[in-house]
Amino acid sequence: MTTKNVHVKIDEMKTSTGLIKNLELSIGKVVDDSWAEPMGPTPMPSLTTLRDWDMKLLNRYKPFYMPDCDLCCLCTYGKCDLTAGKRGACGLDIGAQSSRIVLLACSIGAATHTGHARHVVDHLIEKYGRRHPIDVGGLNVKVEAPVTRLVTGIRPETLGDLEDVLEYCETQITHCLSAAHTGQEGNNLDFESKAFHAGMIDQVGMEVADIAQISTLNFPKADPEAPLIQMGIGTVDTSKPVIMCIGHNVVPSVGIIDYMKDSGLADKMEVVGLCCTAFDNTRYYDRAKIVGPISWQLRFIRGGFADVVVLDEQCVRTDMFNEAERVKAPVIAASEKNCMGFKDRTNDPADEIVADLVSGKVPGVLILDPDKVGEVAVKVAKQIAPIRRKMKVLPEIDEIVALAKTCRQCNMCQRSCPQDLKIPAALKAATEGNIAPLTELYEECIGCGRCEEVCPVKLQIHSFIVKAGEKYMIEETNLCRAGRGAVQDVEIRNVGSPIVLGEIPGILAVVGCANYPHGGKDVYDICREFALRRYIVVTSGCSAMSAGSYKNDEGKTLYEEFTGTFEAGGVLNVGSCVANSHIAGAAIKVANIFAKRPLRGNYEEIADYIHNRVGAVGLAWGAYSQKAASIAAGFWRLGVPVLVGPHGSKYRRMLLGREDKPEDWEVYDARTGDKVNIGPAPEHLFQTVETPQEAMVAIAKLCIRPNDTWKGRSIKLSHYIDLHKRHYGVMPPDLHLFVRTMADVPMTMKDEITAILEAKGWKETVIPDPTLLPRMIRKKKE
Amino acid sequence: MSCEPWQCAEIAATKKANPIMKPDVAVAMIKKAARPILIVGSNATERWMEGRQLIEYIIDFAKASKVPVVATAHMVGEFLKRGYEPAGFMSAMDIGNRLVDPSWQGLDGKGHPDLALFVGLPYYMEALILSGLKHFAPDLKTITLDNLYHPHASWSYPNGTLEEWASNLKVMTSKFEGGQQ
Ligand code: SF4
Ligand code: SF4
Ligand code: SF4
Repeated sequence: MTTKNVHVKIDEMKTSTGLIKNLELSIGKVVDDSWAEPMGPTPMPSLTTLRDWDMKLLNRYKPFYMPDCDLCCLCTYGKCDLTAGKRGACGLDIGAQSSRIVLLACSIGAATHTGHARHVVDHLIEKYGRRHPIDVGGLNVKVEAPVTRLVTGIRPETLGDLEDVLEYCETQITHCLSAAHTGQEGNNLDFESKAFHAGMIDQVGMEVADIAQISTLNFPKADPEAPLIQMGIGTVDTSKPVIMCIGHNVVPSVGIIDYMKDSGLADKMEVVGLCCTAFDNTRYYDRAKIVGPISWQLRFIRGGFADVVVLDEQCVRTDMFNEAERVKAPVIAASEKNCMGFKDRTNDPADEIVADLVSGKVPGVLILDPDKVGEVAVKVAKQIAPIRRKMKVLPEIDEIVALAKTCRQCNMCQRSCPQDLKIPAALKAATEGNIAPLTELYEECIGCGRCEEVCPVKLQIHSFIVKAGEKYMIEETNLCRAGRGAVQDVEIRNVGSPIVLGEIPGILAVVGCANYPHGGKDVYDICREFALRRYIVVTSGCSAMSAGSYKNDEGKTLYEEFTGTFEAGGVLNVGSCVANSHIAGAAIKVANIFAKRPLRGNYEEIADYIHNRVGAVGLAWGAYSQKAASIAAGFWRLGVPVLVGPHGSKYRRMLLGREDKPEDWEVYDARTGDKVNIGPAPEHLFQTVETPQEAMVAIAKLCIRPNDTWKGRSIKLSHYIDLHKRHYGVMPPDLHLFVRTMADVPMTMKDEITAILEAKGWKETVIPDPTLLPRMIRKKKE
Repeated sequence: MSCEPWQCAEIAATKKANPIMKPDVAVAMIKKAARPILIVGSNATERWMEGRQLIEYIIDFAKASKVPVVATAHMVGEFLKRGYEPAGFMSAMDIGNRLVDPSWQGLDGKGHPDLALFVGLPYYMEALILSGLKHFAPDLKTITLDNLYHPHASWSYPNGTLEEWASNLKVMTSKFEGGQQ
C-alpha cells in the first residue's frame, strides 16, 4: 500500500512458471488491489494529516474548559498549580492541560477498543484462519467497512486484512499517547486535534472488532428484525444455575455457551450478562439474557443472583473479587487486561480448578483460554448453585430498620453520592418503619458504592437500597432487540435523499453508558419522543438497554412499538460499544452510497459532506468512560454534534459554537465560490445538557444542516419550535437565524413567524451547496 | 458551619471561595457591582424550603435586586409560568462560555458582566462552570447563592440547612429597595 516503505508494482511479467499480472508487493505482503476505486488524498492519515480540517472545526466550535482539577501532577517537577493562567514547570497552562486530559481520555478509549479488536481478531484468526471472509450482511452490505475504507483506504475482505488495519491503528494510538508526554505538545488546539485523531482511530478499531465477530460468530447480519431478547433479572430462572458475564469481550462467553450447548445443558442453565458482553452474548445466542447496564453490577452481585461471575474486559468493577466473595460466588477472570490479582490457572486441568472454586479454596482464578473458561464456568455453576440457593445475601427489612438506628445523620454518604441522594433522610424514615424513601432511591442510585466507603458506622447503604427496591428489581422483565450490526446499503439508498434534503428531520443516536442523572427513564422518553416524530433513532450499548427497559400504555417496549429498520420512525439497536462504528458507518455511507462521494482515503471530503448535510446528532445521556470520550471524538472529527447529560460536564471540555457571532457561520457555496452565512447549523459540536427537556430541544435544533431544502428545513423547524414551546414556553429566540427564505417557514405558523422575522430585521439569503473546503468549489470566482 | 465543599471530593487547590458568613456581605457585593447577572439552574424547581420552591425565592430576589436572570435548561418556562420574564435563557454551558469571553457584551449588549451569581444548578455542573470561570475569567467575580459551599466561586455560603438558605435568600431580598414582604 502507499504507506509502506517498500513498494513494488508489476503490471505484467513473464516468469518461468507463468504470467504475473497486477501484482503489488509491500514489505513482503501481497496486496490485492482489485478495488477499482482510486485512492483518495489521505489514506492512513498521520497525526497531522487532517490537522487543517480539525482547525476548521475548532475555530468554529471553540473549546470551553472547565478544569476538574487546578493542579497537574504528571511529572516530578509537580505538583504544579495551574490556577488562573499560571504555567507549570514545563510551561504548560491549564487550557493545554485540560485538552491534554481530553487527549489522554480519547487515547485510552481508542486503545481499549483497538486492544479489544486485536484480541478478537487474533483469536478468530486462530480459530477460523486468515482467509475467513468478512461478511457483515451478505449482498445487502457491499460497503462492509465504511470507516476502515474511509480512513485507511483498505477494503478488508478477509480476517487477515484486518491485521493491516489494526497495525495502523496501533501505531497512531502510540503517537497520540506520546504527544501527551511532558514537553511534547503545548498548544491546546493541537492537543484537541490529536484527540480528534484518536477518536477517528477509535472508530476504525471498533469497526474491526465488530465486523470480525459478526463475520465469524453468526451474529445478526445487518438484520432489522434481529430477535427480541429477554431483559431484566425478572426474566432469569434463578432455580437454574446462573452464570453472569460482565464486560465487553464476547470471546470467553462464546466458550461458555458452546460448552453448555455441547454438554446438553442449554435448557438447564442461565447465561446472563451485564454491559456490552450481555449484548454480544445475545447476538451469539438468542437465549442468553441481558440483566442490565454497567451501573447495575453491584446491584446484581449483591442480589446474589450469580452463581459464577465471569469477568472479561472494560468497565468491570475493579473490586469485583471482593464483592463476589461476599456472596460466595466464584470469579473467573478471563482477560489479560483484567487479571484481578488471581493466579493464572490457564494450564491446569479444568476439574482441578473447578474443585478449588467450588470448595472455596480460592475465591477466583485467571483463565486465559476461552474454551477452558467455558468448561470451568459451567461445571462450577452446576455444582455450586444448590449450595448457594440456601444463602441469604441481602439484609432483611427489619435488619435494615435496626441498623438505620445506628446512623449518625452525619451526611457524609449524601456528600459522597454523585447523585446527591438523600440517604440520611431515607434512613431516618426507615427508623420510623417507613421504607418508601429508601425504595425511591433505587431508580436514581447508580450503584457506585461511594456512600458505603465514607460511612463512619459502616452501614451497607447500597445493599439497603437494593433490598428496598427488590420488588422492582425482580419484576424487571423487558425486551431488547439484539444488536443488528451494520445498516444495509439498501436502507441507506432508501433514506439517503430524505435525510440529506432534511425531510427525515434527523438521525438521533442514543448511545453510551448508564451514568444517568435520574435513572434510565429519560433515555426511553427521549427515544420515544423522536421516534414518534419520525426521526431515525439508533441505539447502542447500555443506552439501548435503558431504551428497552420501559413500556408504553399498551405494555410494549420501544423495540416492539417501532420497527428495527433504518427508516423514519425506526428504533434500531446496532449492538455493543464496538457496534457504534456502524452509526458513523451509516453517515459515511449516506455520503458514499447515496451521494456517490468517493470513500477511499477521502476523510476530509466525507466529513465535510456529513457535517453540512447529514442531520445526525449523538446523545450520550449517561456517558462516563474514556471509551465514550473517544467515541464522541470520532463523531467530532466527522462534524457530528454530540450531547452529553449533566454528568458529562465532567469531561471538562465542551466544543461550543457562538450563535451570536455571525462571522463564525460562513461556508462556501460550492456552486459559485461565494461565502454564504448559514446560521448556527449545527450550533455545537460537544455540549452538556442539564435536563431531558433541554436535551430534546437541543436535539431538534442540532439536526438542522445548511444543506436542508426549504421543505426539509420547515419540517425541522416545526419540530424545533414545537419542542421549544412545549418545554420552554416560548418561541425560540434564534428562529430567525435558521430561516433562509420564507419557504423555510412552517406553513401553519406563517403569520406568527413573519412578525418575528420582521421584528428581528431578518433578510432573505440563499441555500448554498455548502462546504468548508475551498477545493470543493466547482466554479472559482475570477 | 464548616467550609468544606458539599461534595467531599470537589476540592480546590490554592484559590478557594471566601465564605459568606452573613447575607449582608453578598448584598454589599451585589450593590457594588456595575453589571451583575444571576444564573439559575434546573434545581430551581426541585428544591423546596418552607413549602415554597427555590424559584419563588429567586423571583422575589430578582425583582427586588433587579439583577437580570439567565435561566438555564428549561427553567425559562418555569419562570414564565410564574409570571416572571428572565432577561435571557441559554444552556449552562453557553452562559459559561460567554462569560469567559471578554468581548461578550452581556445580554443587553452594553458590557461584560462584572459579577455572576449562580444558584440551583446540579452541584457538580455548577462546580465545573465556576472552575472554568475561576481559571479563564480572571476579572469576573462569582458568588453562589446555594446553601452548599462551592470552592471554585469567589464567594460562597458555607454548607447550610434549608432553613438557613431560606432565611439568607429572604434577608438578601429585603435589603434591596422595594424588597419583598
Ligand atoms: S507535566 Fe508540567 S505542569 Fe505537569 S507536573 Fe510536570 S511540569 Fe508540572
Ligand atoms: S451507591 Fe447509590 S446511593 Fe450510594 S453513593 Fe453511589 S449512587 Fe449514591
Ligand atoms: S454516612 Fe452513615 S452515619 Fe453518616 S448519615 Fe450516612 S448512613 Fe448515616
